[in-house]
Amino acid sequence: MPERNFKVSIGPQHPALKEPESFLLTLRGEKITEMTVRLGYNHRGVEKACEGRSYIQCLYLIERVCGICSHSHATCFIQAVEEIAGLAVPKRAQYIRTLIAELERIHSHLLWLGVAGHEIGFDTLLMYTWRDREAVMDILALLTGNRVNYGMNTIGGVRRDITPDQIPQILTAIDALEERTKYYVKVGTEEITLRERLSGVGTLSKEDATRLGAVGPTARASGVDRDTRRDDPYAAYGELDFRVITDNHNDVYGRTLVRLGELMESYKLVRQILKQMPEGPISVKAPRKVPAGEAVSRYEAPRGEDVHYVKANGTEKPERVKVRAPTLANVQVVSHMLKDGYLADMPIVIAAIDPCFSCTDRMISIVDTDRNTANTIEWNELRSIGINWYRKQGIDFTELNRNFKIARELK
Amino acid sequence: MGEEENIKLQLIQRFAFLSENISIPRTRRIFAIVPANNFRQVLEYATTELGFVILCTITGLDEGPTLGFIYHLAKENGVMLNLHISVAKEKPVIKTISNYFPAADAYERELVDLLGAQVEGLPAGNRYPLPDDWPAGQYPLRKDWKGKVSEITEVKENA
Repeated sequence: MPERNFKVSIGPQHPALKEPESFLLTLRGEKITEMTVRLGYNHRGVEKACEGRSYIQCLYLIERVCGICSHSHATCFIQAVEEIAGLAVPKRAQYIRTLIAELERIHSHLLWLGVAGHEIGFDTLLMYTWRDREAVMDILALLTGNRVNYGMNTIGGVRRDITPDQIPQILTAIDALEERTKYYVKVGTEEITLRERLSGVGTLSKEDATRLGAVGPTARASGVDRDTRRDDPYAAYGELDFRVITDNHNDVYGRTLVRLGELMESYKLVRQILKQMPEGPISVKAPRKVPAGEAVSRYEAPRGEDVHYVKANGTEKPERVKVRAPTLANVQVVSHMLKDGYLADMPIVIAAIDPCFSCTDRMISIVDTDRNTANTIEWNELRSIGINWYRKQGIDFTELNRNFKIARELK
Repeated sequence: MGEEENIKLQLIQRFAFLSENISIPRTRRIFAIVPANNFRQVLEYATTELGFVILCTITGLDEGPTLGFIYHLAKENGVMLNLHISVAKEKPVIKTISNYFPAADAYERELVDLLGAQVEGLPAGNRYPLPDDWPAGQYPLRKDWKGKVSEITEVKENA
């Protein structure tokens, strides 16, 4: 039988961050030869909506750009506004912002680890990491009143203080999570099935990562040593001691190791923040009207660099608000990673940039261009294809799922 | 002298027309207003000679008679150079920078859809972020666009 090219379209109801995406793949056999991306299916006009709202209303709107990195967007935005208004945010408020930021990174990375496990058929990892993640969600709810969309920021500081009785609770959860993460690091580095499945999948060289503008753990797993927290310090990061985790595997395996390493750094950061946090006020009074001016703010969100530009015109509403979420920078990188890869690797390669999957309905249609027929399968089915395809090559998680042990009960 | 001041001096030395147009609002932030005709020279100098190898994003602005475009560049050490150009709204033509930064593709398509910029040299591809059946000539980020659904439907019906 002669070889044929197949076209597979994936999406568009395939939400990732604020950018649900549609992929059109051309296949030769099981290899992807070409790939185009269509974005914008969930464009909500947040930037335009900001122009008609007061700064404080904008803050709550911006916090809802992303359900996972809500604090990231809110902080990135408010930093720009405070810079234009010339507000000196109190030190304690800066530390509280940084604390929430690192707790958000912990919950986001644990969530990612579970999703990654799920996409390759290692569902026990999903169950354990998501159970563990509840510990940090509880802490976020304790400190802010909410599991997501924390509403901690206000112009000139934060809205809630950290009380002395909360600190031991935070530390207990962090200790337990650190133990658990050490176990995941052990699994990640010693478990041969996991390493075999993720190594060499979705490769991205350092040169390509730099050239294509990859951000966050995706870039750092290709040896690009960039982290906004260190390079362009904001909030309290300038006073904190932490390592930027990089890796030279250049593949999904490397992206897993980077996130595991970042989790370990975040636990250290939380302890440091609680230890170093100065006493004092948590906000300064902010004017309703912000003087004319402009500012660019950068923020290392769990998925990579978040960039906000704000232009003020002297009124109580902004002239322009511009948001660049990290996934927009990484979506083009994913096209590159998938080229010459296997269809069976598509779910994990896309998941590995951590594009905030939140949907349930992911449709894939496979088009046979020669016969001009089309049929549609669901994302779940594509995932099974991937899992079964690898099972035939001897990479099977059944045994590992059964033997996955709990290192220590979560307190 | 700080690094920002140094970069400012180097830029002015090379491009005399920038002498009055560079500001440093805070550490690691440089803003420069660049004549649209000279933009590519400045961009090339900044990326190749000054080490601004990261494109953070491109912001489009409705400035009344002109459309503004701010190219947010950064060095690996966190210093940002924001190059601001303005072109007449009647003929808002800019050249693509996707040959320097492949990631500019998405940012430039945003300028096309939301502000009605015309980007020369942008490779063929899907539009972003508006839907395929979005009415022509409707640019949501222009200040005079009020986004009334009835108006859009009308345009669509007349088209």
